[in-house]
Amino acid sequence: MSMFRTLAAACALALMSGAAWAADAPKFGQPITEQDAAAWDISIAPDGKGLPAGSGTPAQGAVIYAQKCAACHGEKGEGGTGPRLFGGIGTLKAPQQPVQTVGSYWPYATMVFDFVRRAMPWDRPKSLTNDEVYASVAYILSLNGLIKDGDVLDKDSIMKVQMPNRDGFIDLYPAKY
Amino acid sequence: MADTHRTAHPQVPHAAANGLLDRRALLGQGVVFAGAAAASVTGIASAAAEPLKVDPWSTTIGAPVTTYSLPSHFESKVIRTIGDNSRPGTQQARTPHQDLDGIITPAALHFVVARAGAPDIDPGKHRLLIHGMVKQPLIFSLNDLMRYPMESHIRFIECGGNSAPMWSKTPIQASVQALHGLLSCSEWTGIRLSTLLDEAGVDPKASWIIAEGADGVTMNRSIPVAKAMDDAMIVFYQNGERIHPWNGYPMRLLVPGYEGNMNVKWLRRLKLTGAPVMAINESRQYTLLLESGKAWRFYYPEEVKSFITRPSPTMTMPAPGYYEISGLAWSGHGRIEKVEVSADGGKSWALAALQAPVLPKALTRFRMPWNWSGQPVVLQSRATDEGGNVQPTRERLMAERGEPRNTPNVAAFPMNHVNCISSWGIDAKGAVSHVYV
Repeated sequence: MSMFRTLAAACALALMSGAAWAADAPKFGQPITEQDAAAWDISIAPDGKGLPAGSGTPAQGAVIYAQKCAACHGEKGEGGTGPRLFGGIGTLKAPQQPVQTVGSYWPYATMVFDFVRRAMPWDRPKSLTNDEVYASVAYILSLNGLIKDGDVLDKDSIMKVQMPNRDGFIDLYPAKY
Repeated sequence: MADTHRTAHPQVPHAAANGLLDRRALLGQGVVFAGAAAASVTGIASAAAEPLKVDPWSTTIGAPVTTYSLPSHFESKVIRTIGDNSRPGTQQARTPHQDLDGIITPAALHFVVARAGAPDIDPGKHRLLIHGMVKQPLIFSLNDLMRYPMESHIRFIECGGNSAPMWSKTPIQASVQALHGLLSCSEWTGIRLSTLLDEAGVDPKASWIIAEGADGVTMNRSIPVAKAMDDAMIVFYQNGERIHPWNGYPMRLLVPGYEGNMNVKWLRRLKLTGAPVMAINESRQYTLLLESGKAWRFYYPEEVKSFITRPSPTMTMPAPGYYEISGLAWSGHGRIEKVEVSADGGKSWALAALQAPVLPKALTRFRMPWNWSGQPVVLQSRATDEGGNVQPTRERLMAERGEPRNTPNVAAFPMNHVNCISSWGIDAKGAVSHVYV
């Protein structure tokens, strides 16, 4: 066998084994439909995608709050072992002492819904129904004067809530690095 | 290894004021110190005064071997400090860097910040979902994930709020554990995230991944796809053993160099999206409020930083003489290029020896021989990374972000990404305290 043919054979073998390797590359993911993934998909973006059906009012929320939230966040949201839930609007600029609450600091009302639904009450996360989450969030927003007592919060009206610190952030990514 | 810096930094001297000695002495090159000789003569004299005897542990059988070992009971004070676990909300545990050496943090001493305790996850039932903007949504069992090719890397993880006590108006008198203990470094073993993302087929328009844990609060963060494809991993092992529950058992995300909170523990879900989700931990916590009232958001890399672990506040120097100054340096941007040490509050600097290995996005141990005369001094360390980033003074950081508006206790987080130089004052009695210069 000439040198050339030996080399050619070696190359062919290398190519074949490369192809075999590609075919043998591990692929262990099991296909799943987005429908079946929905039970875990609790992300709610600021554009409102993912907000569920349901609704609640500040008055309904006040009842849930007294039972399930007040122990940590105070009788009227003034804070306790858990953070204060209202006030501080207009305190972010120096030399004031900043009071960073849902009302003064959080930029999107959808964030409040998302966080309450996934993480609250602290000792029984995910135990609230969607109606109860809307109602609790409505109560917190009303404490901050961001919705009126008679307003109904649902997936459409929550998108219309004007959060005071909506434009309060400077995003370092991707601008800085 | 350490000697490479002799030619790399000709402008930095090998010795500096108040007794900082040439680091090359540490390499056994025969440099003689007057102070060291004096100290050893004293040592020999005192040892010889006491006659040798056979100690009781040399005449009995020792303890039987155990299945999982703990350090000597003489080291029982080398433990994590934890917050008040009786209160709801975030729990913390801090690493006792003042009592450790080398660069690896034992898993049992790794720092912890957790919002709802450590979940008791059954590895046989744990799964990972990848969905959103992908060709094919996929779900993986833990067993299947552990069949992919594995690799190991030594990487630090640092909480974005580490060193926040440095933002106090007056220097908080506490150990480095309290000041800088939300920082640890481990050998992590697992698989590349890009392998799984390629398998699911990422939509070219997807620019973010929402990573979510399986814990009670189902903690989530948005991670840039570019970072995920670069060096992010899903890891199962920490220093050779399975990750401890508090650090993410059975698996966590590793996003090297980025703030700790993004290294999502108990990882269960990755959703590809076109925009960040604006989770509480990226658009409320881990933001940096400035004097203007605006706040920085998405501040990801842990910037170049260092501190001296020995001597450090709450310690006392027993007597004048020879000591080794030892400390840690790291950067979320890459390798540490050099560490300088000052014993006169930053007026003069000398190069410290860097102990091998010097790895990217890992803790690097530095050492500096020192002959303390017994006079008051202020010790500092200043790190520079391979990108040329230099650890700033506290003054410079405040000039950029505004004066502190409150005086926190050590557990508070009035500022994130605080990477300024730490200053340790030593008085004539040898007491080490935290000072601002």
